[in-house]
This record gives sequence, C-alpha cells and structure tokens, in this order.
Amino acid sequence: MRKLNRRQRLLLGLAFSAAFLIIVCVWGILGAEAARATDFSRKNIPPCLQYPFGTDWLGRDMLARTVKGLSMSILIGITAAAVSAVIALLLGIASATMGRAVDSVVSFVIDLIMGVPHILLLILISVALGKGLKGVIIGVAVTHWPSLARLIRAEVLQLKEMPYIKIAVKLGKSRWHIAVKHMLPHLLPQFIVGLVLLFPHAILHESSITFLGFGLSTEQPAIGIVLSEAMKYLATGKWWLALFPGLFLVITVALFYILGQSLRKLLDPGSVHQ
Amino acid sequence: MNRQRVIFFGKNIIRALLLVVCVSMITFALMKASPVDPLQANVGQAALGSMSQEQKEKLQAYWGVDTPPVEQYLSWAKDFIRGDMGVSLLYRQPVASVIAVKLANSLFLMALAWVISGILGFALGVISGMNRGKPADHVIRGYCLVISSTPVFWLALLLLMIFGVWLHIFPIGLSVPIGVEASGVTLADRLYHAFLPALTLSITGVSNIALHTREKMIDIMESDYMLFARMRGEKGWRLFRYYGFRNVLFPAVTLQFASISEIFGGSVLVEQVFSYPGLGQAAVSAGLGSDMPLLMAVTIVSALFVFGGNLTANLLYGVIDPRVRQGGKAK
Repeated sequence: MRKLNRRQRLLLGLAFSAAFLIIVCVWGILGAEAARATDFSRKNIPPCLQYPFGTDWLGRDMLARTVKGLSMSILIGITAAAVSAVIALLLGIASATMGRAVDSVVSFVIDLIMGVPHILLLILISVALGKGLKGVIIGVAVTHWPSLARLIRAEVLQLKEMPYIKIAVKLGKSRWHIAVKHMLPHLLPQFIVGLVLLFPHAILHESSITFLGFGLSTEQPAIGIVLSEAMKYLATGKWWLALFPGLFLVITVALFYILGQSLRKLLDPGSVHQ
Repeated sequence: MNRQRVIFFGKNIIRALLLVVCVSMITFALMKASPVDPLQANVGQAALGSMSQEQKEKLQAYWGVDTPPVEQYLSWAKDFIRGDMGVSLLYRQPVASVIAVKLANSLFLMALAWVISGILGFALGVISGMNRGKPADHVIRGYCLVISSTPVFWLALLLLMIFGVWLHIFPIGLSVPIGVEASGVTLADRLYHAFLPALTLSITGVSNIALHTREKMIDIMESDYMLFARMRGEKGWRLFRYYGFRNVLFPAVTLQFASISEIFGGSVLVEQVFSYPGLGQAAVSAGLGSDMPLLMAVTIVSALFVFGGNLTANLLYGVIDPRVRQGGKAK
C-alpha cells in the first residue's frame, strides 16, 4: 500500500473522528427507548456477546445507556461550546479594539470567572437556576469563554500592529469595516480551532456536574448520571457498570482533542513546525 | 525595597481584594436569584406547612426577607468580615466551624497533590522537551492527551475499583478509620486514607504543567546558549542542570501557583467519589441541599485561595525576574 502523507493522514483522522461522533449522536437519539427499557430477567449480566457492555441491576442494556448518555453529552457540549465561542469572539474583539476602559473591564471579568473553581461556579449557577437541566446547559454555556477570549484578544492586539491594518486605519476606514473585512478572516482559523477545543472541556464539565447530581433526572441518562449510579454499585464488584461508559467518554473527549489538533494543523500549516 | 516594587505589590494586592469582593457580590446575587424559598429552606417544609400566615409574616420580618437585596448583602458582608458566616442549614452549626474542619481535611489532600503533581509534571515536561521527537516525548505527550481527556471522577472510580474493591489495599472512603476516637487517629492513618484521593489528583494535575514545561523547554533548547553548550559537548543531566534548570523552573513555578483553581475543582469530584469529608464535598452537599450560607462561604474561601495563588505567582514573578519588576507589570 502506498504510504499516506501527513495531510492525508490528518484528513483520514478527521473523517474518522467526525464519523464516530455523528454515529454516536444519531444512534443515541434513535435508541432512546432501548436505553430506558428494563427487563428483570436479564439483570446484572457481565459483558458477553449479546450485551457487550453488560446490563445493570434493572436489566437495562448498558451499551444503549452509554450511547444515549454520550449523545446527550455531545449535544450539550456542542451547544455550550458554540455559545461560549461566540461570547469569546465578541468580547475578545471588543476588548482589543474598543479602548482601554472596555479592555480592563473584560480582563477583570475574565479574572473573576477564572477565580472561582470551575466546578464550584457550575454548582452556583445550577443552584441559582433551580438545579434543572436548564441550569446545567446555561452554566456550561456561559462559563467556557474566558480562555478563548484571552487568546482572541491577544491575536487582535497583534493584528492591530500589522501594516495592512494600520494602512486601513490611515485610509479612514471605519472600525466596523476593519473588524469585519480585515480582522475576521484572519481570526477565523484560530477561532474554529478554539471552538473545537472547547468541546472537550464542555463535555468533561457537563459530565462532572451531572455526576455530582445536579441537573438531569435519572430519566435522562446523561453519561454523568450513568456513572454516578454505577458508583453506588461499585462495592458489589460490578466493574463493567463504571468501566465501559467511562472508557467511551474518554474516547469521545480524546477524539475531540484530536479533531481540534488536526484542524489546527490543516488550517495553520505553519504550526506543525513549532 | 524600592518604590516601584511597592507599587507593583500594592496594585496586585488591591486587584486581588477587589476580585474577592466582586466574587462575593456575584455569589450573593446568584443565591438571591435561586428559586429556593428562604423560609422553607430554613424551617423545613413540614414546619412551614403547619404555621399560620401571621407566624410566617413574623418570621419574614425577623429574617428580613423583604429588605432590599443591597441592604441584605451589606449586612451579610459586614458579619462575614467579622467571622460570622451564618449557620449551616445542613450541619446545624456555625458555617465558620464547619469550614474550618473541612478545610483542614481538604488542605492536607490538596497540598499533597499539588506538590506531587508539580514535581512530577515538571520532570516529565523537562524529559519530554529535551528529547523532542523521540519515543520518550511521544509517550509523555500521549499520556498527557489521555489524562486531559479523562474525567477526574472516572479516574477516581477506576482507582477505587482496582485498589479498594478488587485488591483491598486501600480503604474505599473517609479520611480516618471508622470507629476510632479522634485522639487515636495517627498521621499514618490520615496518609493511608488520603493516598488514593491524592494519587488521583496528582495524576490529573500532571498533564497541564508537563505540557507547558515542555513548550518552555523546547524554546530553551533552541536558544543560542544551549546550542553553544551542546557544541562544546554538554549533554544529558549536566546540560539540564547548568543551562536549562533555572530558566525553565520559573515559568513552571508560576504556572503551578496559578493552577490552584484546577486542583480545587478536581478535589470537589475526588472527594465526592472517595467520600472524603473535605471542602469540595461540603460544596456539593450544600448545593444539593440548598444550604446557601455554607455554599457562599465555600465559594469565597476557594476564591481567596485561587486569588492568593495568582497573587503569589505574580509577586514571585516580580521577585525572580528583574525585567518584570522594572516594567511593573507581569506578562
């Protein structure tokens, strides 16, 4: 077989990660019933051919529950990352272009949000919004932007020193024109990579907060809930309840990381040599 | 100490104080926004149901439910500064004493994990950076990718499953043995119970510092003085000890001080899994049980630690690096 070059390998990895995530999402949405179906004639079965992930104490198929939970986590993660990324983009650009006062306010808010441990912040928001699913989604969505906003701010500050931006300013172009026509295209690759790299954080935090018991009910088996239920049965030696869902969570998150890093290498070929 | 340095220190300290005040305000606002009914949370559902309307109104007036939020905040903040943090609804004890006990447990755990992960992460980062592109580098980077994809609580579950349930080497929970008087608990007991939680926290804390140290080490390896040293035949330990160590140590130390927030966040999850009675577990049960006074106090205490860490990092930078000291601004 002909050896693939770096770009082709990256594209292959990208396609594989994307395919995995889409399959999990679709399967999870279609298989909602299977994840909830209980059957006491098949409870506590260790992993076997028919039930590769085993079944739990209510006879629910752990494979279906894992996929369903992951799909929920992925969807929440995507929503959260998208919202956070937009906030980061707006604040990052605003803080770099709208003068010192805005800049110091934004930096202060970033420091503020980063000052409270993230999990604790999610707990606070969840309590403030009544501990429901809403609290988890909103909490995860509005707390992930600071690091990306910092990155974009630094990038814009650097761009502002570029000759072509300075010339545009001297030509009397409006700030809006410069931001949209000259800065945005330059920021886009970084922004997309940053967006993709927000997913892993969002998913990890979403699963952590549901694991702690905030937000979702047991009716909606998010991956955190599946794992926190598994914890109660851990001491009885049912290792498969915790092992497989967690393993798949790790694989999902790692795939997002790889996706982001491959995207970075594709969009910004120079970074390979760094 | 010259004048510039005083200004530099002062600016940083004022900023940190301002941040803590803002955190307390936002926490208070979030708690006010919560749909939990303050009367019901304080006296309980059953007691509230049996009260007459008149009694309820009296209680409301007594606790000042209807006073404006700003006034409520000011009176709460005044008491908080004096050390009266209110009474925990779950523990039925003054919040200050609950926090003191939990914090002592947590600090022990976190300090252990903080030191171990710092040293280990630094060592791995240096090894990886000095052997860039070689097998050791690939292994360490792979490890970092896997660890940063792993949820802390699942790693804790896994270790608990292997060492606690399966091999019976370590206890599956708590910070002291069951059925032993407080005076009979030895340091060995505490270490024994803190081992697994601390191990979990250390394993996860490593990846961040290792990756950053690696980047810095690569920068240093490409510098002219490194090139010159290698031209003269320096390599391995000597090269690192005399040319790399000091340069790579400072960024790593600052980063480690700035990472207190992550250790704190991780400890919330780890304590939950290991039923370790620390600050994180208190935060979770306070959140689930609508114990507002305790939750607010935990938030502010943790914010104090995080800002304290950031402040130390900034000040250390100023002390260590003369360029920062003169510019008066940490970058």
